[in-house]
Amino acid sequence: MAGGCFLYSESEMGSASVSSSQDDFPVHVLAVDDSLIDRKVIERLLKSSACKVTAVDSGRRALEILGLGGESINSAFEINLIITDYCMPGMSGYDLLKKVKESSTLKEIPVVIMSSENVPNRIRRCLDEGAEEFLLKPVKPADVNRLRGHARTLQPTSDCTCDDEVASTMGRSLSLDRRRQLSRTFFS
Amino acid sequence: MEVLRLQQQLIELTNSLFQEGFLDDQFTQIQMLQDEGNPDFVQEVVGLFAEDSERILSELTKALEMEPVDFKKVDAYVHQFKGSSSSIGAQRVKAVCVDFRAYAETENKEGCLQALQQIKQEFFAVKSKLEALLQLEQQILAAGGSVPMME
Repeated sequence: MAGGCFLYSESEMGSASVSSSQDDFPVHVLAVDDSLIDRKVIERLLKSSACKVTAVDSGRRALEILGLGGESINSAFEINLIITDYCMPGMSGYDLLKKVKESSTLKEIPVVIMSSENVPNRIRRCLDEGAEEFLLKPVKPADVNRLRGHARTLQPTSDCTCDDEVASTMGRSLSLDRRRQLSRTFFS
Repeated sequence: MEVLRLQQQLIELTNSLFQEGFLDDQFTQIQMLQDEGNPDFVQEVVGLFAEDSERILSELTKALEMEPVDFKKVDAYVHQFKGSSSSIGAQRVKAVCVDFRAYAETENKEGCLQALQQIKQEFFAVKSKLEALLQLEQQILAAGGSVPMME
């Protein structure tokens, strides 16, 4: 198989399709915002930029999705980018950023912070803690297009065992063991 | 022709909303996110904004009736309202939120009560105009026309 691995991509309709191009690899974004309106808008913005989106309303819920919440399912390998609001009740976007960067399994996931307030100290703190970017709300389509460039890419490996079985079994029904097997293949 | 008349009305209403500062460019961004796959996006966002705002206004009214007033709570609600009005492009509502926060920060109850009245006025004004806009769009589509895109 020349050219590396097949990469799985899922259309918004939910059906599986397989893409063999590194350029249109699927970007799965985890969006975190306590505001329902902002979640709706960011979700639409991301989807119109061909991203898959999981939108949650708190940092705590975000950590559950990422596999740090004590649940057994580790779906961290699915998330290519985290975009989070800064001001949230309970766990702030900054707290979430810290937790992600302190985690050996999650620290490679790029984190982008959004805020409606332009506070230089806040921006500096977030960037120092490892945030890729700090966006001022409301987020624009141009910002979202740029974010795709930050998304963690899946690197093809020479011992990749992509085949029809992989292509047809990839998806939500994938068992935990099979996912772990695949993530060892895809991540060095 | 009915469609032309409705389209003209829509263009006039939209222009006045922008010229009078009720809406800013963010609303245009919201409109641009609507497409065949998401034909009700603007309506949904407006609906969420209306519901959320009414909840916040009710909480703010209650908070300012307490003795003593918890200004941090007031500020938190206004911050939320500022965020949502900014996200939908409701410029005048957002501007009152800025003043409101200043009053909350200086714990000025009179100022807060005034700002609350003003915010209610601005919110209900932009809400009814947005509803009129959406209704015109529905009427145009029902009459077989297409909704003119603003530049």
